[in-house]
Amino acid sequence: MGVYINKDTKVIVQGITGSTALFHTKQMLEYGTKIVAGVTPGKGGTEVEGVPVFNTVEDAVKATGANVSVIYVPAPFAADAILEAVDAELDMTICITEHIPVLDMVNVKRYMEGKKTRLVGPNCPGVITADECKIGIMPGYIHTKGHVGVVSRSGTLTYEAVHQLTQAGIGQTTAVGIGGDPVNGTNFIDALTAFNEDEETYAVVMIGEIGGTAEEEAAAWIKANMKKPVVGFIGGQTAPEGKRMGHAGAIISGGQGTAEGKIQAMKDAGMKVAATPSVIGDTLIEAIKEAGLYDACKTH
Amino acid sequence: MNIHEYQGKQLLRQYGVAVSNGIVAFSPEEAVKAAKELGSSVIVVKAQIHAGGRGKAGGVKIAKNLDEVREYAKELLGKVLVTHQTGPEGKEIKRLLIEEGSDIKKEYYVGLVLDRATSRVTLMGSEEGGMDIEEVAANTPEKLFYEEIDPVVGLTGFQARRMAFNMNIPAKLVNKAAKFMLGLYQVYKEKDASIVEINPLVVTADDNVLALDAKFNFDANALYRHSDILEMRDFDEEDPKEIEASKYDLSYISLDGNIGCMVNGAGLAMATMDTISYYGGSPANFLDVGGGATAEKVTEAFKIILSDANVKGIFVNIFGGIMKCDVIAEGVIIAAKEVGLSVPLVVRLEGTNVDLGKKLLNESGLNIIAADSMADGAQKIVNLVG
Repeated sequence: MGVYINKDTKVIVQGITGSTALFHTKQMLEYGTKIVAGVTPGKGGTEVEGVPVFNTVEDAVKATGANVSVIYVPAPFAADAILEAVDAELDMTICITEHIPVLDMVNVKRYMEGKKTRLVGPNCPGVITADECKIGIMPGYIHTKGHVGVVSRSGTLTYEAVHQLTQAGIGQTTAVGIGGDPVNGTNFIDALTAFNEDEETYAVVMIGEIGGTAEEEAAAWIKANMKKPVVGFIGGQTAPEGKRMGHAGAIISGGQGTAEGKIQAMKDAGMKVAATPSVIGDTLIEAIKEAGLYDACKTH
Repeated sequence: MNIHEYQGKQLLRQYGVAVSNGIVAFSPEEAVKAAKELGSSVIVVKAQIHAGGRGKAGGVKIAKNLDEVREYAKELLGKVLVTHQTGPEGKEIKRLLIEEGSDIKKEYYVGLVLDRATSRVTLMGSEEGGMDIEEVAANTPEKLFYEEIDPVVGLTGFQARRMAFNMNIPAKLVNKAAKFMLGLYQVYKEKDASIVEINPLVVTADDNVLALDAKFNFDANALYRHSDILEMRDFDEEDPKEIEASKYDLSYISLDGNIGCMVNGAGLAMATMDTISYYGGSPANFLDVGGGATAEKVTEAFKIILSDANVKGIFVNIFGGIMKCDVIAEGVIIAAKEVGLSVPLVVRLEGTNVDLGKKLLNESGLNIIAADSMADGAQKIVNLVG
């Protein structure tokens, strides 16, 4: 099971003929993801990696019944690719592309109001439901099927957390990378809501970073609604004010969005917070032991 | 990307937003020539650096005649100005804005910024001009007003007027102020700005509404479609190591510590800095080599780290997903041989092709200390640097 995607998810790769997209299409197919179509305008009728290519998302949906897309389109055209996915009424579109101009995303968010499609990203590693469906760029082999959900603003830090869990014999349901941009689709609360409702997920790891107030809002939501243990980590505790640390979203400005404030908000919500990224796994184990869920979460 | 005040004002003029007349000057002679051209009885000589707080730090001078203009220009050019935003090392003044003086009746604040909570651009305004807006927000939040902008229709006339009334701009000047704000939003939108701040916006004795200062920051991701903005980039205002890094598409930020870091992924890079600090060390930089790094890119990253004289040790922390560990190892070996490795190097590799990467490092004959985890690596490098 898991959230958002599973073994029945039918995937379109937007921008499939680009070199990055091709590389990851192969990886996803190897993992067992059902990639049913690719889209590259002008390349309709061709085939790559055994996957039929269409000119538009609409054509691809009509021909294959796909319900989710993943976007590897270059930044100048990525916002348009999201709009096309929304227009085709897909259930979800996952945008891997980084460096999309933020005002493009402001328009995209406005366009999406009232539409059915869920957006994950942009600038994210994607979504993976262990052993069922991998959509994105994460290394598949570190994931093991189990009962812990992971939601994160950072790609490699997600891998770090998942790897620690797997090594400790704690499998995962789904890992959702929501991306590091200031304007994104799915946020922490959306993913937490999904994990809260998912019967297979017993506990959640939430990885945030400096900048914005999404972690504070999520912590307040957890305090009010979450039925399952959630542990947290905040990256960028030592980042200086006013400097943008790689992610467009990771910037502290005017004392807002500090690691300190976010960690405090998490603690106020009753969450355990990992002091360093190396103990994210240990912190989760501590929390599930206290909740009496350790044996249920242990996969080997 | 930031630009200078005079460049910001040029942009505003293009969009019909009122600013004082002014001319940029790179020498005292140019300053005097500019002042003559302006022909104003009072001339303001303003230091142009990418930092706020110039007035308080002595970077803005009021001249009553051409001799004073020359004197102030001589004094300011080449001087290192230290403001609360430059850090203790300050910034050297290389350009001046020579501007006609205004008879100011009152100062206000107007700004445009992205509100992440709503995913909309928001207009902010206050009658508390000339102060840090963060202070206004903290101390007198009732005096700070917001208008959320729908991207479909943009900032509307009624919103701009409502803001002007809320800011207590004199009723007869509300339309002028509204026109000012509408123009400001046009620039913001069309040039992909991320922050525009007019602090202060002033009302003058002759009933004009003018931008006395202009602070612009642009979305780096959108610069590809604004060659005119890109031309305004002033490399003197940036860290040379950061400029070098940007050539190789590396995300590098210089910090004060002595442990150089090379990591893949922004989140992991920040977390690595945090871990080093947790064990009592101090990172010399933030460096994200990205997901698609080549051996050449890694080599360049290594050179940039070593060009910082403060670096007493290096910690390489890689979680190879798409990034392959052997590629990183190869880059590290080439770089270490090319530049000569005089400081301790701790490497933690994990992920795709990890065994191959470790083997390459072991057989390189270089003095590389292997680490089993991020925590292990951080402790090792902190101990080695001492």
